[in-house]
Amino acid sequence: MKILLSGNEAVARGAYEFGVGFAAGYPGTPSTEILENIARYPEIYAQWSPNEKVALEVGIGASLAGVRTLVAMKHVGLNVAADPLMTLAYTGVNAGLVIITADDPGMHSSQNEQDNRFFAQFAQIPLLEPSDSQEAKDMVGFGLTISEQYDTPVLLRLTTRISHSKSLIVVADERQVVPRPPFSKDAQKYVMIPAHSRGRHVLVKKRAKSLRELSEASEWNRCELNDLSIGIISSGVAYQYAREVLPEASFLKLGLSYPLPRERIKDFAAKVGKLYVVEELTPFIEDQVRALGITVEGGRSLLPDTGELTPEIVAKAFGKDSPREVFNPGVSIPPRPPVMCPGCPHRGLFYTLSRKKIRAMGDIGCYTLSVMPPLEAMDLCICMGASIGTAHGFNKATQGSDIQPVVAVIGDSTFIHSGITGLLDVVYNQGTTTVIILDNRTTAMTGFQHHPGTGYTLKGHPTQAVDLVALAKALGISRIEVVDPYDLAQLSRIIDQEIAAAEPSLIISRRSCALLSRNSAERYLQRQVDAELCSGCKRCLKLGCPAMSLGNEGKVLIDPLLCNGCPVCEQVCSRGAIRAVSN
Amino acid sequence: MNGKQDILIVGVGGQGIILASKILADVGKEAGFEVKQSEVHGMSQRGGSVSTHVRFGRAVASPLIREGEAEFLLSFELLEALRWVNFVQPRGHILVNNLRINPAPVSTGLAEYPADIELLLQKSGRQVRLIEGTELAEQAGSKRAMNMVLLGALSRLLPDIPEDRWLRVIGLHVPAKSRQMNEQAFQLGREKSMEKSYES
Repeated sequence: MKILLSGNEAVARGAYEFGVGFAAGYPGTPSTEILENIARYPEIYAQWSPNEKVALEVGIGASLAGVRTLVAMKHVGLNVAADPLMTLAYTGVNAGLVIITADDPGMHSSQNEQDNRFFAQFAQIPLLEPSDSQEAKDMVGFGLTISEQYDTPVLLRLTTRISHSKSLIVVADERQVVPRPPFSKDAQKYVMIPAHSRGRHVLVKKRAKSLRELSEASEWNRCELNDLSIGIISSGVAYQYAREVLPEASFLKLGLSYPLPRERIKDFAAKVGKLYVVEELTPFIEDQVRALGITVEGGRSLLPDTGELTPEIVAKAFGKDSPREVFNPGVSIPPRPPVMCPGCPHRGLFYTLSRKKIRAMGDIGCYTLSVMPPLEAMDLCICMGASIGTAHGFNKATQGSDIQPVVAVIGDSTFIHSGITGLLDVVYNQGTTTVIILDNRTTAMTGFQHHPGTGYTLKGHPTQAVDLVALAKALGISRIEVVDPYDLAQLSRIIDQEIAAAEPSLIISRRSCALLSRNSAERYLQRQVDAELCSGCKRCLKLGCPAMSLGNEGKVLIDPLLCNGCPVCEQVCSRGAIRAVSN
Repeated sequence: MNGKQDILIVGVGGQGIILASKILADVGKEAGFEVKQSEVHGMSQRGGSVSTHVRFGRAVASPLIREGEAEFLLSFELLEALRWVNFVQPRGHILVNNLRINPAPVSTGLAEYPADIELLLQKSGRQVRLIEGTELAEQAGSKRAMNMVLLGALSRLLPDIPEDRWLRVIGLHVPAKSRQMNEQAFQLGREKSMEKSYES
């Protein structure tokens, strides 16, 4: 039977069909749906971990226990998991272990567009790059097999256009029954003390050689000979773009793209006239091909090494873009950036910080959108959990100067992911930084995934929820305030009070995500503007609420279709012009 | 239907665009074609621009439509139609919902929403049809069924796909309790939306 599945759904299907019994990950676009879909199979134990490092570690444990395992994360998540990965490459596995990295070229929803193919080279482990959903599913099976045969973790690299594109795939009805290898004590292999690691590193190099032989022979590296005047080496979604634009060309399509099949490449290069490499982002394949002494046409300048590839970019590079008239509407088209939703509990907090001109070291989540006008309330965003360390560093370095201290702003899921150690650092090193946790009771940005603070697991089972107040106390924070971000007066008072305090403090700004509470029993009355009282001062528009706009008469309008009924705008209006709609 | 069909569906996060494109892709699959569909998640869910590419054909390589090659643009919002106009073939079709949703820079007074978008779209030389999606969806029972109205309108331009195939696929994708309402919205879109037509 053929069904339409996205790359992420296909990976989950592959996990089911190829006997994966254990899966772990941390949500992150574009990888999130892999674990969400795996969680639907009762045959597979699946969990969200607090972060990617822990996810990979529990995955290693499961593999050692003899269960086929899949661990999924976004590209930057692999940075967090890099520590176990680099040594896992030495120990190898017991049951098959496949790590999915979902890269985000073009940064649809990421802070960078690093090319994680380099992690395979860095760790000396095999790299698989599917070009559609069928390959994504099949490569899970192939990856598990070679993981076991070659005693290695395997990196399966998706990109946004593979993860979130649907194509037809053939599914099997049966789930493969796989043997469960017993875990046998083997300190030389598994306990990485220097004496053992030295020996393992030699084995890693030997394994790399065998993997190269596998790559030479593998059907995943496929030669498609056609017009021999143009030969293209490609992988992943870039292969599809190249095939679309140059259907007549010859291809060497790489599915097992590290280690590269050097002999096959030499062979292909000898057969074709002009040899090109079409790949997205960094010239990962191209530079290795050139190192073989093979001439690559156009070189690094043929395609851009930043941003997402598109069929147009490939077409232009090969002079295949058909000249056509571009219609110019003669007006400027305003952008439509994503915004914080109506009723978002973060809005009141950022409005308060913005009005007080308090600088905020930010973090990764919906709340990063507060950087946009009109709030413009964020001064830094680097990576998950970085807000607290960066704020502490900034405040320590400016201590005693007349520079105003900064606050750290971090979401609940992000705090649990990697903010806890940062907070400990503030306490340990006698900082005075104020940390604000935006506790909206979910991982909102990626679509409401549970985390250790919500009280539910990935499979929806009730569990112990971490008590953030007790946790902060245990770390040594004695000043802790829990505030409702819908109460602007309280928020303003507490922020002033805590920033002034000469010791570290934590403010937990707690209210459920507006998109979650919309469906709960908690209901609010929608707000409306009394046009008689509205002076058109636009102060409320500084909230950046998508439900509010300036009408033609210079008075503010609230769109009843969009208003979520939060009381924030009402508190901002000095003329009392915004009121709840009476029932 | 012979050869390939490239259909771009655009609008604003939260309008039901992803569901519409899933239904369209499934309809293409049922017609026996190879299908690819590509969408962007993540940041775009928060009221940002959303675009999904749906491609049918005997063989489809790229999941993305090439600029200037879409036969159809189905836009759930006026400004979004203008944003994507150049993705449509010079003589391609634009079906646009007669709905204005202000993007944030317009709400906050930092930018202006272009006037007379309908006229601008016509100037582009494409075949433009304005659809009263909100009104027709309300007639069917809920504004939220606007995506079905727009699919209904699109279905008229894909004459090789019979109506019952659309209805069957819609039934697979919507909850049982709202099935009838969604079907009605689709049919209203299919029957009524073409009454007002602008051919350039």
